[in-house]
Amino acid sequence: MSKVIMTVDDSASVRQMVSFTLKDAGYDVVEAVDGQDALSKVNGQALNMVITDLNMPNMDGIGLIKALRALPECKFIPIVMLTTESQAEKKMEGKEAGATGWIVKPFKPEQLIAVVKKVLG
Amino acid sequence: MMDNHREAFKEEAHELLTELETALLELERTPDDDEIIGRVFRAMHTIKGSGAMFGFDRVAAFTHDVETVYDRVRTGKISVTKPLIDLTLSACDEILKMIDDTGEGEAEDAVITEAITKSFRNMLTAPEISSDTDIDTAPSAMATSNEPPVNRNEITYRIRFRPEPAIFATGTNPTLLLNELRDLGPCDILANTDSIPFLSDVDPELCYTGWDIILTTTRDENAIRDVFIFVEDSCDLHIDVIDEGRMIDSESDYKKLGEILVERGDLDADKLKAVLDGQKRIGSLLVDSGIVSDDQVQAALAEQQHIREKRQKRQILETTASIRVPAERLDNLVNMVGELVTVQSRLSQLSARFNDLSLIQVAEEVERLTAELRDNTMSIRMLPIGATFSRFERLVRDLSMDLGKEITLITEGAETELDKTVIEKLNDPLIHLIRNSIDHGIEKPEVRMAAGKPAQGTVNLSAEHSGASVFIRISDDGAGLDPEVIRAKAVEKGLIASDAMLTEKEIYSLTLMPGFSTATTITNVSGRGVGMDVVKKSIDALQGSIEMVSKKGVGTTITLKLPLTMAIIDGLLVQIEDVLYIMPLAAIEECVELTREDVAHAHGKHMASIRGEIVPYIRLREMFAHGGATPEIEQIVTARIDGNRVGFVVDQVVGQHQTVIKSMSRMYRDIEHISGATILGDGNVALILDLCKLAQQAEILEKQANQE
Repeated sequence: MSKVIMTVDDSASVRQMVSFTLKDAGYDVVEAVDGQDALSKVNGQALNMVITDLNMPNMDGIGLIKALRALPECKFIPIVMLTTESQAEKKMEGKEAGATGWIVKPFKPEQLIAVVKKVLG
Repeated sequence: MMDNHREAFKEEAHELLTELETALLELERTPDDDEIIGRVFRAMHTIKGSGAMFGFDRVAAFTHDVETVYDRVRTGKISVTKPLIDLTLSACDEILKMIDDTGEGEAEDAVITEAITKSFRNMLTAPEISSDTDIDTAPSAMATSNEPPVNRNEITYRIRFRPEPAIFATGTNPTLLLNELRDLGPCDILANTDSIPFLSDVDPELCYTGWDIILTTTRDENAIRDVFIFVEDSCDLHIDVIDEGRMIDSESDYKKLGEILVERGDLDADKLKAVLDGQKRIGSLLVDSGIVSDDQVQAALAEQQHIREKRQKRQILETTASIRVPAERLDNLVNMVGELVTVQSRLSQLSARFNDLSLIQVAEEVERLTAELRDNTMSIRMLPIGATFSRFERLVRDLSMDLGKEITLITEGAETELDKTVIEKLNDPLIHLIRNSIDHGIEKPEVRMAAGKPAQGTVNLSAEHSGASVFIRISDDGAGLDPEVIRAKAVEKGLIASDAMLTEKEIYSLTLMPGFSTATTITNVSGRGVGMDVVKKSIDALQGSIEMVSKKGVGTTITLKLPLTMAIIDGLLVQIEDVLYIMPLAAIEECVELTREDVAHAHGKHMASIRGEIVPYIRLREMFAHGGATPEIEQIVTARIDGNRVGFVVDQVVGQHQTVIKSMSRMYRDIEHISGATILGDGNVALILDLCKLAQQAEILEKQANQE
């Protein structure tokens, strides 16, 4: 059974790119447009990993990571955040909230897959 | 694919810019609305981030400054003013232009862009702004994917990895990190379990284990650090170089255990000295005195071992790559191992009979060692086939010159290993086959051109392993075999009846019969009517088989299937009455029961239905004319012969047996369906059956029976 990865991003083009790349690598992908949408889609979904943007309306990435870590089924799954280079302190904040790692934007499909392989095995 | 994403981005950017405009106009009316400021910031942020990802680098660079300003606005360091809104609106227009950029008026645009950027930067350097801290120049995790320069030398590192207990809470799986290290090179990993509390105090959500890793790799330290990049802040990580991988200097051995412990800081030098006065092994001494834990000692020992092995290996590589030994001695060795295998199986049988535990233990040990010894000895006799292959290059070159053809020989799998004796006996058949390809197969350049093929023909020679067999393929892109011509020829030579019904495969196999040649003119290369039947005989002698596939005008491929070795095989021991036979295990697929009832159902036909497939079988009891009564339940051993399933009915399947092949004396050489004999553990002799020949013979017998 292929592993399920959720991609959370308010940018449709980034979502499309992430989703396309992951599906190409054999993963199942669930898309969400922001933190709130993501949380509502977590219910009843067996997720293996979450890739989330940080800046999003309604609920941002940090909020989402905290909320996910509070759910028993998401307590230990890898959560990777998408950040830009100018967000060193965001990186720290994300780690404190419980993020597993990060991917610096802009990134190439191979880099995305490398990180997924790294944290998901 | 990328274009798709670019289009998606363009579309999205248009939407974002429209929204941005609305937001900006709103912001002009209510300059303090944090929500709207957030919206503006996010829109800029997305345009920048996605833009860079899809190749809109100018957009990304330009938007960066705008975004930075709005980040300040968001944190209240810059206030919203009319000039800012105006500037941002014109920035929006610029971004739109850049995204839809068709390449016109670029210079003019660049001037405007420059001006806007300057204005934004001015805002950033305005006095009310604190020093710029957020342009982070720290190396980014994954943005640098280019491989670090590879270090020629193998360096051994000592890595101490002690994750924080709470590491699981960030979704990190330490085993994945360890696996990643394993990918870098040979690795000894020891867990340090000192801090695991009593079971009652264990919190299963915490990580109590640390790891000591000794890694030998050609990559540099950064590659190792990269593995731990996500956990850098939440673990205790030490990486030290402990062996540079250079030639060994005067120090003959790696550091002593005590030195390692002291160097690691697990132990201080004075304590070590005090303890050293005792006489026990230093490791157990240290553990006993409670200064270091058992795990620490084990880790240090692993390090010692790792380095010793590395150095030893290097030394061996430096001094002796290989030694030459007369082939005769090797043959002797193989013979002796063969005898040993026989004796060993007698020992196993005896120990099973006495049922004495200590004896059984010894017998099992001997069995394991003998199997290892057998495999090792066999591998010594294995040679790569490459040396034989390279001889053919010259042959092909000379022959094609003689015949006025242009031919290249491509060889693959030269490193494939085969038993020495097999390789020796393979030389002549291969020469025949290659000659055939060149002479009969590949056409003259002008003929090839006319047929739309490149003037230069290719002969492909390849070898590969498949289970206990080796496949050797000779294929050419020549004229291919013509089944009609072969058939006509066979009829003319009286090899088959003119009305015989033959499949294509059977027709091709006619060429393997003695006295057959398809070449209409006899050249000095081939076509004297000998050749293929000689090839067949040699391959048969090697327990191998030949398969031909051909397409007229496209080419011919001949596949030789050969056993890896001819001295010792894995066999299946079966019994009919009180006589034992060996079947080569490699060909066997499965064993199923055959009851009287099954036989009755088949109405005298020798067919059994095995999982829905009809399998013809041969009653060895009848074939070998054993007397006595057929048991109630017999066994069918099914084997795959030339692609078909054939069953062999025996009384009983005894089990697997390591079979040392002894050839039969001259008297019995001509018995076709027996390929040899072996001595069993109890001294009995069992005949080794040639299943392929048996099946052929049964077929012939059946045909005769049908004709009568």
